[in-house]
Amino acid sequence: MSAYGRMHRKEDARFIRGRGTYTDDVNLPGMLHGAVLRSPHAHAAIVSIDTSAAEAHPKVKAVITGETLAGLRLAWMPTLSGDTQAVLATDKVRFQGQEVAFVVAEDRYAARDALELIDVEYEPLPAVVDARRALDEDAPVIRDDLDGKADNHIFDWQAGDKAATDAIFERAQVTVAQDMLYPRVHPAPLETCGAVADFDRVTGKLTVWCPTQAPHAHRTLYAMVAGIPEHKIRVISPDIGGGFGNKVGIYPGYVCAIVGSIVTGRPVKWMEDRSENLMSTSFARDYHMHGEIAATRDGRIQAIRVKVLADHGAFNGTAQPTKYPAGFFHVFTGSYDLAAAHCEVTGVYTNKAPGGVAYACSFRVTEAVYLVERLVDVLAVELDMDPAELRMRNLLKPGQFPYTSPTGWEYDSGDYPRTLRLALDMAGYDKLRAEQADRRAAGGPLMGIGISFFTEAVGAGPRKHMDILGLGMADGAELRVHPTGKAVLRVSCQSQGQGHETTFAQIVAQELGMSPGDVEVVHGDTDQTPFGLGTYGSRSTPVSGAATAMVARKVRERARVVASAMLEASPEDLEWAEGRWAVRGDPATGKSMAEIALAAHSGLELPEGVEGHLDAVCVYNPPNLTYPFGAYVCVVDVDPGTGQVKVRRFVAVDDCGVRINPMIVEGQIHGGLADGVGMALMQLMAFDEEGNHLGASFMDYLLPTAVECPSWELGETVTPSPHHPIGAKGVGESATVGSPAAVVNAVVDALRPYGVRHADMPLTPANVWLTIQGRPFRTDLAIP
Amino acid sequence: MQVPARFEYERASSVGHALMLLERLGPEARVVAGGHSLIPMMKLRLAQPEALVDINDLAELSHLAVEGDELVVGALVRHARLLADAEAGRLFPILHDAERVIADPVVRNRGTVGGSLCQADPSEDLSAAFSALRATAVIQGPGGARTVPIREFHTGPYETAVEPGELLTELRVPIRPGSGSAYQKVERRVGDWPVAAAGAVLVIHDGVIAEAGIGLTAVGAAHFAAPEAEESLIGQVPGEEAYARAGALAAAHCEPQSDQRGPADYKRHLVGELVRRALARAAERAGRGGLR
Amino acid sequence: MMITVTVNGQAHTRDVEPRMLLVHFLRDELRLTGTHWGCDTSNCGVCVVHLDGTPVKSCSVLAVMADGHEVTTVEGLERDGELDTVQKGFVECHGLQCGFCTPGMMLTARWLLDRDPDPSEAEIREAISGQLCRCTGYENIVRSVRWAAESEAAS
Repeated sequence: MSAYGRMHRKEDARFIRGRGTYTDDVNLPGMLHGAVLRSPHAHAAIVSIDTSAAEAHPKVKAVITGETLAGLRLAWMPTLSGDTQAVLATDKVRFQGQEVAFVVAEDRYAARDALELIDVEYEPLPAVVDARRALDEDAPVIRDDLDGKADNHIFDWQAGDKAATDAIFERAQVTVAQDMLYPRVHPAPLETCGAVADFDRVTGKLTVWCPTQAPHAHRTLYAMVAGIPEHKIRVISPDIGGGFGNKVGIYPGYVCAIVGSIVTGRPVKWMEDRSENLMSTSFARDYHMHGEIAATRDGRIQAIRVKVLADHGAFNGTAQPTKYPAGFFHVFTGSYDLAAAHCEVTGVYTNKAPGGVAYACSFRVTEAVYLVERLVDVLAVELDMDPAELRMRNLLKPGQFPYTSPTGWEYDSGDYPRTLRLALDMAGYDKLRAEQADRRAAGGPLMGIGISFFTEAVGAGPRKHMDILGLGMADGAELRVHPTGKAVLRVSCQSQGQGHETTFAQIVAQELGMSPGDVEVVHGDTDQTPFGLGTYGSRSTPVSGAATAMVARKVRERARVVASAMLEASPEDLEWAEGRWAVRGDPATGKSMAEIALAAHSGLELPEGVEGHLDAVCVYNPPNLTYPFGAYVCVVDVDPGTGQVKVRRFVAVDDCGVRINPMIVEGQIHGGLADGVGMALMQLMAFDEEGNHLGASFMDYLLPTAVECPSWELGETVTPSPHHPIGAKGVGESATVGSPAAVVNAVVDALRPYGVRHADMPLTPANVWLTIQGRPFRTDLAIP
Repeated sequence: MQVPARFEYERASSVGHALMLLERLGPEARVVAGGHSLIPMMKLRLAQPEALVDINDLAELSHLAVEGDELVVGALVRHARLLADAEAGRLFPILHDAERVIADPVVRNRGTVGGSLCQADPSEDLSAAFSALRATAVIQGPGGARTVPIREFHTGPYETAVEPGELLTELRVPIRPGSGSAYQKVERRVGDWPVAAAGAVLVIHDGVIAEAGIGLTAVGAAHFAAPEAEESLIGQVPGEEAYARAGALAAAHCEPQSDQRGPADYKRHLVGELVRRALARAAERAGRGGLR
Repeated sequence: MMITVTVNGQAHTRDVEPRMLLVHFLRDELRLTGTHWGCDTSNCGVCVVHLDGTPVKSCSVLAVMADGHEVTTVEGLERDGELDTVQKGFVECHGLQCGFCTPGMMLTARWLLDRDPDPSEAEIREAISGQLCRCTGYENIVRSVRWAAESEAAS
């Protein structure tokens, strides 16, 4: 009997009773509360900071400034891209919302009050807001803290074959170019970031509760930054109220909470408020892209070339493997059979918050998919060809896998045409096109149909290619089987809602012939779990899930030896069938894992050199990424009089390889689709010319509600990953990656009668109306 | 989470008690009812009243009934209650249209009609609806009650005719036979403040428009009204031509500002479009006219 | 000031500052941490509780305003060891992932079903439109509420 399949989640029992433990639910005896004072300016020199009035507040225990931290050599910390970031500003502030001082008080109300008592004198400086002006000769230099830095340039990077690509473009029958912006957005999990730090002066042990997606990486970085020995640091990532990439990095507030605890000798809690979360923690995207596509007149796509200007904010804090400053953006050739491709990416500093995380996306794959899927639609308009037909004509064929892309990726497996066909069938594509034609002919209401076909690259990654700050991206797993046959799995990755406690138990159960209910999954506590790089980039199942299967197989092999002693047969004569070890050809002799476990802990005589017990440890180093894919069809209705867009239908066919718990897989896809609708239609962080953040609360940073979301229509195909132990590919982010392009393509399709070929996200009513008027605008700046 | 600064708190047990408390606590005191607008502003420290007078216990302000030829809406009537009231919806569909798009159902459970009007946010939907309806506000002060036409109630953004020490107690809406009304809003997302919105009230007698009321939200229209557009409709035969002309006049006479909801010219366009649509809907509801 | 609030049927008396928000009263004073908070502007709805039987956003209600009133939180949904049908529905239909919005969603759902035992999909979506969920795309929340409605109709 398979342990895979739909199964209620183990974690639900506590959540539906309000019994989860999130970071702000942690309450320690004597705990103090911290609050961060932030910069009101995007760019300003700090003339002076007077904390005396705050210190005099009867409930204030400590006020920490950059100067305090400089004395501890903690004023600056490394970012995930190897840059440095100010923990508390010393010289100047470089974005609105930057951390300037930290107050520790007896309660959260007093801490907040005391912020108003700190007097900071600033000397405002001109701000760099528009990334396209960051490299101007006269642009103010943001990072004058870096030795000899005289401009705002961070890096130039390229991938692919420029000469081959240019050659194709030179002789191509058709070429089309399109500028497009993937604006700055924010993952905005409903639980904000925060930490409870408890430094024990007697034992020298630091315990940090923090909703981190990467507890082990945090521990190592704290050891490196704070100089506390790593075995004296315990990071506990309790229940997390959503992460989506926002909770990968280490934020200044965490360091401040730790310093606050060291200084006061008491536990310190710091929870950011929503404005702090939106203004200062990791944003995503902010890619200004110029894409070109070359094709034959009959719709054969030959090459793509891209130039990107990447806005990284005031500190280069992008989370991605060291080798790839633009993440996996160069997977932008997508799902198509191209002869050549090339991209150039330039990263710049601006006076905005640092970050650049994989927001439900594997390291810039979202930008890549958006680029190629928009370009293909632009080409379809140019060729006057149906976008479904154009895609079908150019998709990779099943026989081409494993496929090496022009930019060097090795796609593991896929049957793309089958998936696209299923999506078109489910949507009733031909009927939709007929309806659209009828409406256009009658001058009726506008409707649009958008398609997106995406290939993800997830599960980072092979150690020889991928590391973050020198830490290889392999994950450990430990599995103990107790004498009565119940198991405890310990994994390094941490769930932010993905249901690891259920799915990973199912993997172990499947490998060992047990019930998932007999497997407890321990995660989120560095003292109790093996090392690993965490949960992001859809890597839980591809990496930790693989480690889980592998460690269970180790246990199974150990069990084989014990079973052979029980059955008085040679291990080679046993076979694993129906969840038991049995003498080959004689299933009646089968021994269950529970029987074997008891025997393994008993006085049973074991072959020489066999230690007994069944526990095992392993580390999984992925040989390659996995490549989930999917085909999405979105149908929208647009009111040209107001510019309002209504998503009428959304069909999503995902292929993520083997599905362990289809219920959980579908839930992940639902969430990602809502994210896609949000980004396409409303989510945006724009800035005015002074660098003021224009989306610093949920009143202005709009997230989709149940009303904007249609009832999602899901389909599936299954193409197992050939190299993953259980053939799974990961799915957490597929829908977020694939859906924005489908929505935008649908809206642009609806506006085709107006000659519209492209419009940047988000397609708010104002944006749609202006686009109809032929007046597209820069969505990342203040509306003029 | 953000938390408010300190303040004094008193709970009023009657209108008289509330007025006494307001007098004692002085001009820096604020009345709180639902609190779903004021308390977030206090958390963000955009509002820092020294004292709050809680009027949630004042059952005498929770009345909602037809009295003579007026619908009387107590200041403490919750949005959800007004939205659920069949009689109010029958008489004034514009009120239900507007209530349906104010914030969200949970906020509407708590927020009050009086609170919305006194908050006097230029983007507040009910202000335009009552302006279109030419309602009358009743304000109670230490010296007794006074009435203020709704179009004199709002004296500027976040400012009203309610003086320190006074309390808005009810709104009175004249019932007009043969009338129809509607409210149309464009928002970036459900529950958002409007990009722009328009309310329309038409009274049609003998096939011509006898009375017209037009309210505008979030577009810098003085007193949330569009008098030029209203005037243009009087004596006209209901129809697309008259509505479009009124829409154009309303658009020409408002003063929308560009912000992240959209540029001024888009908002101006919306005024024309939404006035036209609201008028058509109002006429349809009045039982004639419409888009024939 | 001294206040008494009845929470999940039990009266609690505490001395609080007038500015203490109801959500902090529940979480910090009573240690009922099932009620969460997620924004400052009454937009996200993860703090929804029932005040005298009606859902409100407890981040925008002062604890002193609840003096003498009744509050129900997620911890009060289960009665005598029996889960509320809505709670069962959320498990049955995978109506939650990270669990952060779940208490508020369930409390609004309970209120909706008490007023309308057979809400349509559109009515459910409208009822929860002031509450954000970042995980589920709302699909399975809607299904969970429908499951609860059908389950209650059948019993």
